Amino acid sequence: MIRSEILKEIAPILRDQLVVCNIGIPSQELHAIDDQPTNFYMLGTMGLASSIGLGLALAQPKPVIVIDGDGSILTNLGTLPTIANNVADNYILLIIDNGSYGSTGDQPTYAGRKTSLAKMAQAAGCDRVIECAAADTGRVLQEALDAKQMTIIVSKCKSGNAKMPVITMDPVVIRDRFMKAVSA
Amino acid sequence: MNIDKKIADDLVANDVSFVTTVPCKQLAGVIAEIDQRDDIFHIPANKEDEGMGLCAGAWMGGKRPAIIMQNTAIGVTVNTLATLIQYYRMPLPMLISYRGELREPVACQVEMAVHTKAILAQMNIPTYHFHKRADVEEFDNILKYTFMCNKPVAILTDANFWGGYGDQ
Repeated sequence: MIRSEILKEIAPILRDQLVVCNIGIPSQELHAIDDQPTNFYMLGTMGLASSIGLGLALAQPKPVIVIDGDGSILTNLGTLPTIANNVADNYILLIIDNGSYGSTGDQPTYAGRKTSLAKMAQAAGCDRVIECAAADTGRVLQEALDAKQMTIIVSKCKSGNAKMPVITMDPVVIRDRFMKAVSA
Repeated sequence: MNIDKKIADDLVANDVSFVTTVPCKQLAGVIAEIDQRDDIFHIPANKEDEGMGLCAGAWMGGKRPAIIMQNTAIGVTVNTLATLIQYYRMPLPMLISYRGELREPVACQVEMAVHTKAILAQMNIPTYHFHKRADVEEFDNILKYTFMCNKPVAILTDANFWGGYGDQ
């Protein structure tokens, strides 16, 4: 499976939740598969999806799912200790780990070689870390929501991107409708 | 007047309840003050762009955020300021220790000090410079201004404002 196939499969789970989605093709794919006002699409600022989601989870009680990538986590590795030490049980970080920088031409990341993001999250102090195969992502994500416990999921999948259009929505519109969904 | 207490009081009075920090020696007092306040959630960040991500999320979750950091971080956060805070039009008060100004003992700090105001000006970020202790009186109005206009706003605070750096 590639990322877009995972996103298609978990779209029914994501639909009713607050979702912060990583920059580039992941956001384009989610936007094309199932655009929702509860989705916050990052149009820039590589690496910060997990941080934005953590701030959101700490500020209000609704569950927050962050869809991140291995490359973006590697860009902002300091996020893992911050997550571990500021426990928000309404926070789920789903790292779709395809071992590559998908938005820039599928160059390999170190997560696709010797580096284990699941082990790094554990070493950072995250208590509930689950590495799973791509096909199990939906089940693991639903279990994380049901557990009501901060969870880091590392979903191992194949490298590759679906061809989706660029998001042309204005950033202030994305942000405004998202904030209305948060406070609804 | 206790500057650290005044800054924390103004944050609370303006309903700022989510503060992220990356430390600087000059900021140690205000960070300690914020850390012990019950009405402020203090979340230390490992890097300033990470901290700005936390603030963006907290604001969308209904809390007013602020970041406390050193001016060297302006070099780290240009992309985050442009493509997250400014692009999505979010308010962010940035209380910044302005290292490398008068009474600075560490020469290397001057290297970023000479770029600090130029970068902020290039980015059209409203910028205030606290040099004398009484300048802290403006902090309350700067916070109100920040949340009125939904922009990042910089408050540069130099060594003279904080009462000198060590034996300088």
